[in-house]
Amino acid sequence: MTPLLKVENMTHFFGGLRAVHNYNLNLEKNKIQGLIGPNGAGKTTVFNLITGIFKPSEGSVKLDKEEITGLFPHQIASKGLGRTFQNLLLWRHLTVFDHIQIAHYSQINYGLIGSFFGTKKRRKQEAEIEESARRLMEIFDISDFANMLAVNLPYGAQRRVEMARAMAIKPKVLFLDEPTAGMTPEELIRMIQIIKNVRKEFNVAIFLIEHRLKFVMELCETIQTLVFGEVIAEGTPEQIQNNPQVIEAYLGKEDIT
Amino acid sequence: MKPIIRFKKFFRFFSAMPALGWLFGFLTAVIIEYLIGDNIAWMLGLPKIPALFGFLIMLKKPLLIPGASAYIIIVYLLPLTLTARFCSGTINKIAAKLYKLPTPVYTVLYLIFLYIIIDIWAGISDYRIVTIKLTFIAIILTLSLNVINGYMGEFSCSHTGFMALGAYTASTVTLILCANDKLFGEALLPSYLAPFLFPIALIAGGIIAAIGSLLVAIPSFRTRGDYLAIISLAFMFIVKSLIENLEVLGGARGMGSQPHLANLPTVFIWTALSIWIINNFVTSIIGKATNAVRDNETAANAMTVNTRKTKIVTFMFAAFWAGIAGGLFAHVLCYVNPGTFGIKKLAEIFTMVYFGGLNSVVGSIIGAISFNLASEALRPLELFKWIIIPVIMILIMIYKPTGLVAFKEFNIKKILAPKGDK
Ligand SMILES: Nc1ncnc2c1ncn2[C@@H]1O[C@H](COP(=O)(O)OP(=O)(O)OP(=O)(O)O)[C@@H](O)[C@H]1O
Ligand SMILES: [Mg+2]
Repeated sequence: MTPLLKVENMTHFFGGLRAVHNYNLNLEKNKIQGLIGPNGAGKTTVFNLITGIFKPSEGSVKLDKEEITGLFPHQIASKGLGRTFQNLLLWRHLTVFDHIQIAHYSQINYGLIGSFFGTKKRRKQEAEIEESARRLMEIFDISDFANMLAVNLPYGAQRRVEMARAMAIKPKVLFLDEPTAGMTPEELIRMIQIIKNVRKEFNVAIFLIEHRLKFVMELCETIQTLVFGEVIAEGTPEQIQNNPQVIEAYLGKEDIT
Repeated sequence: MKPIIRFKKFFRFFSAMPALGWLFGFLTAVIIEYLIGDNIAWMLGLPKIPALFGFLIMLKKPLLIPGASAYIIIVYLLPLTLTARFCSGTINKIAAKLYKLPTPVYTVLYLIFLYIIIDIWAGISDYRIVTIKLTFIAIILTLSLNVINGYMGEFSCSHTGFMALGAYTASTVTLILCANDKLFGEALLPSYLAPFLFPIALIAGGIIAAIGSLLVAIPSFRTRGDYLAIISLAFMFIVKSLIENLEVLGGARGMGSQPHLANLPTVFIWTALSIWIINNFVTSIIGKATNAVRDNETAANAMTVNTRKTKIVTFMFAAFWAGIAGGLFAHVLCYVNPGTFGIKKLAEIFTMVYFGGLNSVVGSIIGAISFNLASEALRPLELFKWIIIPVIMILIMIYKPTGLVAFKEFNIKKILAPKGDK
């Protein structure tokens, strides 16, 4: 079976700094894979390279066998790659509902005529999108906040808004950049549940960056460890936990539980 | 405390009055003014009917302040208060009946009603007609600039440039085809066709403005960064000096004798259309995507929004309406010259946008109306006007930095809803 998302020999330089070196990824349908590594290892850069924010200096990215290297971020997103951001990029003046609604952008085709004159086609599509948005808000447990500004929400809820927004583009693959950063232990447990649900409901493959090992070990089927832009180990949670290189580079400094 | 409570009680009638009630109140007022306004003015010792709610008279001749105030109370406040006090119930019932019709139907009915009132009010003097027409045009200008500076969060200074493109294009079309004038000679079409041609001339102006806006949009939105302010300002000056140097268009002397095609109903209809279409646009997902691009471009991209296309389309859309406003403007004054479209006009539009409120259709309407009426009312103060208006602006900026009614959605259903009795 060919993987849903395939990255081959991706390398990227920031000036003289080699942020990512010879990176490979085979993400299969409906799998959850984790990416761990110390601060500054290049994890977010890997996300940004695949989602088109940066163009990789070398290498290729294929989504569903289609080459997507070098496309614009909005094109890559439209092809089915949704993501959240490590440092929450919400829209300051928009409500939660607006967030989810806008993320349906590539699914509308009522065109400019529809947006100028409020045609029947527009009303029909916007009603469908509203329903889809309501459903997403339900799943991510943010319905109560629908008409509030997203930036005024509690931190955990903001993270859920970002995930709901990413799911609104109907992705085949979902990237989560530290989905539990800054969360309380209760919120963390809830997040594990939500991610499991998302996979079941939407049939997406999930690729996540995470610092909290409890979370990664519990959720992921496979894990990559990135150090200085290079993958030093790849395998199941058990294999990673027992890999001496990983322990030395990364786990050694932290409490595994 | 007590007077405040009484004051509040007094205003309670008004809070129970639906939009329709206000219209009825004003209708009574303008009919009274139309029928016996002259007599009332004469009895109160006023030279004529106060043209703009008495402000002009009060400022010019302070001795007439009591008379002018009495006029306003008798002709405007009394009918409004009486309607609010005694007819709210009945009017609410009528409003509720109307409300059951489909939204477009009752909106149009309300607009017709509103137009009748404005027509009667403006019929009193030519001065009122011109003032109200220019106010309507200001609404289109303010709204369209708000699309760029508010909804899209960019800072564009080329609005008067687009307005000039629209004004000159529309004027050229109507002058060639429907007027005998010095620049282009005999009319090519019989004059009864002119009213049908006018919308086409205006739209042509809008389209030329939209195409012109590409000259600003393409270089500014190619890269991230704040080039727009500078490029658009340059564009405005280029348009101005280009027209100044084009002798075919009358050069710096300007272009005159446009046919009188922008009558009150025409201007009213175009203003209503612009509000409707612009509001449709900013509430559509494409329009909201511009908000997303403004608030965070990276996130908008990751949510499939094509940033560059959205920006360019929105910019052209706003320029189109500035062009329409320019065309109307030229045919209201029947004369334009390049100097009209300079920095002073731009400053006025900015004031209306920022005073009324960013990212808000209601805000822009309020901003345009209040600024225009205020600047007309303060006209007798001449130079002091330009001290008072900026001071008001500064106060607003201090106490309400985003403007009076910023970030509010314009919901016609809510505005026209009947008020339930409490
Ligand atoms: N836009 C950029 N320009 C130059 N250097 C960058 C840029 N973005 C990241 N870097 C550098 O690339 C390296 C990897 O950064 P990255 O953000 O990918 O790390 P990370 O693994 O996500 O770390 P963290 O756990 O702190 O989020 C760092 O040294 C960083 O300084
Ligand atoms: Mg990171």
